[in-house]
Amino acid sequence: MFDRIREKLNILADAAKYDVSCSSSGGTRKNTNKGLGDSHTSGICHTYTEDGRCVSLLKILLTNHCIYDCLFCVSRKSNDVKRAAFTVDEVVELTMNFYRRNYIEGLFLSSGIFKNADFTMERLLLVVKKLRLEQNYNGYIHLKTIPGASDELIKEAGLYADRMSINLEMPTEAGLKLLAPEKNHGEVIKPLAFVQQQISQFTADKKLIKHVPTFVPAGQSTQMVIGATPESDKDIMYTANTFYKNFSLKRVYYSGYVPISNDTRMPILGTQPPLLRENRLYQTDWLMRFYGFKVQEILNDANPNLDIDIDPKLSWAIRNMQHFPVDINTADYKMILRIPGIGVMSAQKIVQARKFGKLRIDQLKKIGIAYNRAKHFIICLDSPYQLKDYQGTQIKAFILAESQSKYLKTDSNQMILF
Amino acid sequence: MIYIFDGTFQGLLTAVFEWFERKPGKVVLKSTPIFQPEAFVESFTVSTNAEKADRVWAGLQKKFKKDWQRKYYCSFLSEIPEAYNHLFQFTVYIFQNQLGAESNYGNPHVIALAKYAKSVEREKHRIEAFIRFQKTGDGIFYANIDPDFNVLPLISNHFKNRYADQPWVIYDLKRKYGLHYNLTSVEEITISFSNGAGKQNLAPVLMDESEALYATLWKDYFKSANIVARKNTKLHLQHVPKRYWKYLTEKVPI
Repeated sequence: MFDRIREKLNILADAAKYDVSCSSSGGTRKNTNKGLGDSHTSGICHTYTEDGRCVSLLKILLTNHCIYDCLFCVSRKSNDVKRAAFTVDEVVELTMNFYRRNYIEGLFLSSGIFKNADFTMERLLLVVKKLRLEQNYNGYIHLKTIPGASDELIKEAGLYADRMSINLEMPTEAGLKLLAPEKNHGEVIKPLAFVQQQISQFTADKKLIKHVPTFVPAGQSTQMVIGATPESDKDIMYTANTFYKNFSLKRVYYSGYVPISNDTRMPILGTQPPLLRENRLYQTDWLMRFYGFKVQEILNDANPNLDIDIDPKLSWAIRNMQHFPVDINTADYKMILRIPGIGVMSAQKIVQARKFGKLRIDQLKKIGIAYNRAKHFIICLDSPYQLKDYQGTQIKAFILAESQSKYLKTDSNQMILF
Repeated sequence: MIYIFDGTFQGLLTAVFEWFERKPGKVVLKSTPIFQPEAFVESFTVSTNAEKADRVWAGLQKKFKKDWQRKYYCSFLSEIPEAYNHLFQFTVYIFQNQLGAESNYGNPHVIALAKYAKSVEREKHRIEAFIRFQKTGDGIFYANIDPDFNVLPLISNHFKNRYADQPWVIYDLKRKYGLHYNLTSVEEITISFSNGAGKQNLAPVLMDESEALYATLWKDYFKSANIVARKNTKLHLQHVPKRYWKYLTEKVPI
């Protein structure tokens, strides 16, 4: 019994780990029934694995049996791996006992498709209902929407889950067709749109009626695998942008492809996952969501891919030197946000602090801006007078010379003698 | 001139009261444990007075909103000697200026408080994340901690709301006091450990029979969730500094 549950957990956690979403934020559930669990608005990462990724939720598959044969997936039908399936009670017990010991913020439940979509969705629904209704559990639940499941099942699941998600898998339809001929983006879009429409319906009702049950309060998210197929960064981010806009997604996740198959259509086994590219895509995502950038400013036909050696914000600034230098003491908040080396918190502090007097370099440093980077783009009260206007490329060289990328293991300019 | 106070929150506020009554000019505030007499500097020992402290606190509440009241209290909980002096100077600065003076991030005391508060809030958040309860034989969920700052007052509500249906104890080994939730309210407790006990995690004999099973499953899960091809030790250590490992079930060897 003991060994069997250990084995199941190992198989089904291992198969679920390629889903990167682990966020537990945005939940609004309160512990009003003297039960177990209470959501934390900002979410909590309870630990981090040795690859540096956060562990917030117990992320497992209900089963890794699957009728599909998607090339990029470890649980594909043709893959020779051990198969297992949890019972509903096993998942409930694990979740409750892990939660009670403060190991986790909640449950992330996904599944391979066994028999058909509805059969699978019903099982997932059984788990969440049991947790919420029988165990008085108010912790976080992230549930996968199974594409093709009936509207009734999805709607019911939404009453108990905090977040629901469906993965786009590949950034473009062509890429998906190549690796998973049985699937298409339409199958993902339909349930995403359905849940989105339900969320807005419930929100609208809430304005009129006091007691409306919550429906997916933490919203929806999706994930794209990058580096498995030859899309450009522009393709990826334009798709992300469209999905943010059309379905009010809370997050789009970018998952660097970790080779798991010998198929010639994809990077071979042993290829390093594209970690730096993944990082640049997330930086672009943040610029879109928190810094007021339009995706077209960062990626366009002239620049279809992100720079590898510098981050996208610096890259934009260097291409658009006509906007700089920015005067810290008079510029608009929106423009201060666009200065490389200044983040959201620092920008807010600057705008508050300058009401009390013009700011100097030492004050800016104390506020916490990355001065060595920002100094090329700003003027403040005691900025040194500069005779020469530097070109963007020169500034890039200055910054690269004094900073070291954590991703570049060996300095490419350094020659090796022996 | 040096003001010496007893290290309590009320003592700090009383010191501010005394300063405004005397207006002795420039003053540095130090707490009794770290105070060392200096030959050429005068010193004055503040005697803590609840009434005076309340008046100062009431005044501060009129000066800034909840977010800054919290920053103020958090800075105090940092227990850092320099923080006390910054708090003192900050309070004087706030009373001597117009409403809204706390958002002057060009002021050294404002920026210092913002930094102390940030460190304390970070520690509080980490403790909320890294506490690992062990279920004891009598059904109490028990956890030891030794945080860098005195965060127990800040985490009490979080755990009370979250674990409303289970009795729990969180014990600060460094400051020798803890919190006990008895299904209705949270109380402060002190435990007198017999020799050596309390230094480490619970002895197996005291634990519930299911404890070993779930601890093992959690360790297994932690291993399975890792993607070896993405190994990044630097990032791992940045998020989970080694000083917390001794209390993390997944990091403690069996």
